Amino acid sequence: MKQQIVKLLAGMASLGIALGAASVQASPEQDRQDLIKYYTSKYPNVKIEDYVYGALAFDADSKAQYDAIMEFPPFESELDTGRKLWETPFKNGKTYAECLPNGGKMIAGNYPMFDDATGKVVTLEGALNNCRTANGETAYKLGDKKTLGVLTAYMRTLSDGMLMNIKVEGPKAMAAYEDGKKTFYARKGQLNFACANCHVQNAGVRLRSELISPAVGHAVHWPVFRGGDNLVTLQSRYEGCFKQVRAVPPAQGSTTMNDLEYFHSSLSNGLPMKASVFRK
Amino acid sequence: MRKLHRIAAVCAIGAAMVAGNVMAQTAAAKEETGKDIAFNRSKGNCLACHGMPTVPDAESTGLYGPPLIAMSARFPDKAKLRAQIWDATATNPSTSMPPFGKHGVLSEQEIDKVTDFVYGL
Ligand code: HEC
Ligand code: HEC
Repeated sequence: MKQQIVKLLAGMASLGIALGAASVQASPEQDRQDLIKYYTSKYPNVKIEDYVYGALAFDADSKAQYDAIMEFPPFESELDTGRKLWETPFKNGKTYAECLPNGGKMIAGNYPMFDDATGKVVTLEGALNNCRTANGETAYKLGDKKTLGVLTAYMRTLSDGMLMNIKVEGPKAMAAYEDGKKTFYARKGQLNFACANCHVQNAGVRLRSELISPAVGHAVHWPVFRGGDNLVTLQSRYEGCFKQVRAVPPAQGSTTMNDLEYFHSSLSNGLPMKASVFRK
Repeated sequence: MRKLHRIAAVCAIGAAMVAGNVMAQTAAAKEETGKDIAFNRSKGNCLACHGMPTVPDAESTGLYGPPLIAMSARFPDKAKLRAQIWDATATNPSTSMPPFGKHGVLSEQEIDKVTDFVYGL
């Protein structure tokens, strides 16, 4: 018993170091390496490549179920709807592919991207909406499953296998990164949790019957289909986690959310993109 | 195990006390025990993080925190136990345990009840 508590406290002391490090400006690459070091020293047998599976990386049985489901994904028809949206030209005859770099292929791992011109982080969803408005269409509502959701579910498959490659260059980009990092490490809500309390400190640990996923590997597989057909975008998931700790979530697409996604995505640099996966 | 019997006995006494008075009975039925509050997912939800090895119906418990067992031996001073529940961050700033009292997740009275319940584990 005592031993267990001592072990627990030791774990938290080392987290203290990780949390402490958050206050000094470290390079994004250093932040990523520090987290990987933290996870791998706690779970030497779990490979970093497997972190893309989230909590499943810590649970072989659930991972086997996931593999079986992913052989015939129950969300194929949603992807098909998304493909139609992607291929349908705007009223002016132009397409998303013409509007985006590289025809929209193998680019998802570059987003969120810091845009020096506007001084703001642009998510992939934001870039698609920018295409729409630049071509005289109205922007889709962020987080809307039926439009932007299925569109990105298909569009992101064009980048499967690309390695996440978030760049943080220049002081303005760094400030946005730091803002996201602050959101990730700051406690919030009546229940007083930081994202890091769960997804760093308690990754691989059960909260009730729920195994908690590590933050590294989080950002590469969106949107997910929960229960097979309920599409959830990354920022909708953030919203869910904010609510879980009884905090009021910032609006999707707000600077706070976009900066959080910028920081959070850079933690997955070097891991392969894989759009749309099953989650329970 | 003996503790469980004691809890069962207390419940029986409680029921006996209100028997015969319908009004009191409904009031008592509504009033949550320390255990109810501790188990309630929208109140204490202690089981999200703590096992309670001596409580048979404490199921699918999480592992964020240590199992709650032999508490009166480990917290001879009940006030310290209450303080841990009221604001765990006071003794461990990097704790993931919510500050139930400080943030008003539970009322002072609810914390008293939960403290009594946990003290008996
Ligand atoms: C109280 C615990 C808790 C806190 C705090 C928390 N989360 Fe979560 N989060 C969960 C649980 C439980 C799940 C579902 C199981 C899992 O995949 O980890 C989850 C899932 C996720 C996922 C999906 C992982 C996947 O692959 O499906 C992301 C992304 C995520 N959280 C991000 C965040 C961010 C960002 C924050 C802070 C704003 C945050 N979480 C705060 C508990 C928490
Ligand atoms: C989200 C996680 C979480 C929840 C919910 C939670 N705790 Fe804790 N608890 C912890 C952690 C982690 C510790 C380890 C010590 C610390 O960090 O303060 C702890 C420690 C304790 C301790 C000290 C145990 C010891 O052996 O030193 C007590 C007593 C306790 N909790 C009671 C409760 C009660 C009662 C509730 C519900 C009202 C509760 N906890 C809810 C996470 C939690």
